[in-house]
Amino acid sequence: MLGKIKWGIHPDTHKSPTEGKAIESNELPNRVILPVQQHIGAPSVPIVKKGDLVKKGQLLAEAKAPVSSNVHATISGKVVDVSDQPHPVLGKCQAIAIESDGADEWAEGVLIERDWQKLNPAEILEIIKEAGIVGLGGATFPTHIKLAPPSGSKVDTLIINAAECEPYLTADHRIMLEYTERVITGIQIIQKVLGVSNVIVGIEDNKMDAVKVMAHAAAGTGIKVAAVPTRYPQGAEKTLIKTLLKREVPSGKLPLSIGVVVQNVGTAVAICDAVRNGIPLIERVVTVSGGAIQEPKNLKLRIGTTFAEAIAQCGGLKSPAKKLIMGGPLMGAAQYTTDVPVIKGASGILAFAREEVNDGPESPCIRCGSCLDACPMGLNPSMLSILGERSFVEEAVNEYHLFDCMECGCCTYVCPAKRKIIHYIRYSKKMSAQKGGK
Amino acid sequence: MSDDIQKEVAPEEAVQKEAVKKAAAKKEAVPKEDAANEVETLDYMIVSSSPHLFDDNSIKKIMWTVNLTLAPAVIFSIYYFGLQALITLLAGSLSAVAFEAASQKIMKKKITIDDGSAFLCGLLLAMCLPPAVPIFVPIVGSFIAIVVAKHSMGGLGYNIFNPAHIGRAALMVSWPVLMTSWTTITTAADVTTSATPLNILKLQGYEAVVNTFGSQTELYKALFLGLRNGSIGETCVVLLTLGGLFLIYKRIIDWVVPVTMIGTVGVLTWMFGGTNGILSGDPLFHMMAGGLIIGAFFMATDMVTTPITRKGKVIFAAGAGIITVLIRLLGGYPEGVCYSILLMNCVTPLIDRYIQPTLYGRGEIG
Ligand code: SF4
Ligand code: SF4
Repeated sequence: MLGKIKWGIHPDTHKSPTEGKAIESNELPNRVILPVQQHIGAPSVPIVKKGDLVKKGQLLAEAKAPVSSNVHATISGKVVDVSDQPHPVLGKCQAIAIESDGADEWAEGVLIERDWQKLNPAEILEIIKEAGIVGLGGATFPTHIKLAPPSGSKVDTLIINAAECEPYLTADHRIMLEYTERVITGIQIIQKVLGVSNVIVGIEDNKMDAVKVMAHAAAGTGIKVAAVPTRYPQGAEKTLIKTLLKREVPSGKLPLSIGVVVQNVGTAVAICDAVRNGIPLIERVVTVSGGAIQEPKNLKLRIGTTFAEAIAQCGGLKSPAKKLIMGGPLMGAAQYTTDVPVIKGASGILAFAREEVNDGPESPCIRCGSCLDACPMGLNPSMLSILGERSFVEEAVNEYHLFDCMECGCCTYVCPAKRKIIHYIRYSKKMSAQKGGK
Repeated sequence: MSDDIQKEVAPEEAVQKEAVKKAAAKKEAVPKEDAANEVETLDYMIVSSSPHLFDDNSIKKIMWTVNLTLAPAVIFSIYYFGLQALITLLAGSLSAVAFEAASQKIMKKKITIDDGSAFLCGLLLAMCLPPAVPIFVPIVGSFIAIVVAKHSMGGLGYNIFNPAHIGRAALMVSWPVLMTSWTTITTAADVTTSATPLNILKLQGYEAVVNTFGSQTELYKALFLGLRNGSIGETCVVLLTLGGLFLIYKRIIDWVVPVTMIGTVGVLTWMFGGTNGILSGDPLFHMMAGGLIIGAFFMATDMVTTPITRKGKVIFAAGAGIITVLIRLLGGYPEGVCYSILLMNCVTPLIDRYIQPTLYGRGEIG
């Protein structure tokens, strides 16, 4: 059959500025801004007020809704504000601002050493929930829910996503090299919760050092480590599942429906820290890179550190940033200010110099077909962009499967007519939602 | 762009302006001592939908690459047919560029003649004309191609028909005699002729073609090297094929198109092209004669006017091949490549409507 054999794109990886650099521990931020919503689901509800003194690891905002996540203090100090603040994804969001007292003291009741082997799955899930852990690859879905499949669904495979297919980002790469033991323990804890023995760690083959280190560490544990071809978006759940298992997730369904759960490596580390050492999710590894950054680095940052402070820790900007991005260059969100905080899902902070912004003026589609070749979902992005341009939303939804699009950006990356295909797709999705379609 | 989209875009611009204001305000507000700590930002930052990284491919790159791959065949034709050919080629391509600029100016659009698409269109049109046509012929052809077939439909991307072929078809209808007056050449067998091989085939039969060139081997050699009568740019099979291979290597065209179209013509003419019943035709002759090679590599692969999916492209190419053979063997014209491609252009929207790429996760694979 002349079906599609290829999908995805091969952009320059731009990983060399940071892939060889060890993760640096942060200087203590003077101030952190902690939005009550850093995850998919309902916002958490603040339980502190302005003027309260808080300590590191103390619960600040509680998950009340079923799909939500706790937020903890990431430094010790004083709550100076509970108000709307700039948010890297939502624009504005209620947030708790803490000014550091410089002591960096832990709260009571955290830092409990536990023997995780003696815990049962329900206890582990409770700890994960308490610790406010969400998917750290960027999707930020609350982990305690992802790891608790509804009764009746059977999980046969756990995939640990370490593809890190976005250009520039090297945080997961460094995590595997430097936190190897915690990654493995985290995976074993997840295995215990889900009760699965089949585990595969998928790593893109541009990180063979990580593949070797992980394979060595995994020896004897039954955890498999697989090098997958470097190709964006290899690290998207659906494509990684297809690559590793030759299974496809049915449209509109979760990987769970075919017995698969995917977790990011960074999340595995957070789980290990929470379950074994009682540390809630208060910091994460962030790659700070891009042509405008003086000295690109992998930083371990407290959640809530502002982008401005993170960039300052990398020597500041060497040229004016033309674009500031949270996340990777293909799926990340552009920022208009450096006052936004690092949230749980921030895998990278990228500041692009003028010459890195190689966007051109848009012209009509010349029907070259490149976007169809690139789309990992087998969609017709050309048609979706044209329908979006003309606001033919229903046709896009019903005949061109608008909602199958995972907004990976491949189509827009390859388009020689520089069409902002994703923009039209997002617009159509929004219009459809407004009409009450989905 | 519709108004709705405009509205959708508007908040982003507003955000940008806010950022500008903010940055400006900050610069004033921040006292000198603290300014060192402040991250030196920007005049303004671009806020847009992801992705933020783009391939450096562009329409301009694609079009000029195609132009460049035609260069060897063009140079050969000037060498073989002489100054006449050069004048026709220049008149065609340059007037096409001028017409494009004029159309865009009149319609108050951005002038995009530097993207190479008008030049390519005029060049391809001229390559499909007899070498010695009067200079107004390529100019009128380019007018029809660019103004009528391209810009009246909305410009690059919106035209349904291959503009160069529309230009040629219109010229065929308007000046049938001029369009079929070929130069006189002398073949390897010292025969002077002013007919194309397909003309001879249509009027006098296959034997006469072979006799004109001396032997079958000489015939193949003449076709392969381009030492025969025909339109300016269609004769040199070897250089056109090399150009086409380069485009395949550059992933600008999909190999399935030329392979399917030329293959279909080969198989069908072998089966039905002979006089001694089935399977007695000469497929090699038919594959190399006329405008099939240039058509299959450069016209049936035109992105705008052919299907967007690979399956669709195969259907298109096979259809064009079948129609070509029908016209050559049964029709009134000796050659059918141009019309076959135009006819298939008509059904392209239909093909694209029904042939869609294979979706992920809808049970079509695995
Ligand atoms: S249409 Fe959606 S899924 Fe397909 S390439 Fe574009 S963004 Fe990715
Ligand atoms: S890549 Fe761009 S020009 Fe090519 S078919 Fe897709 S939308 Fe059209």
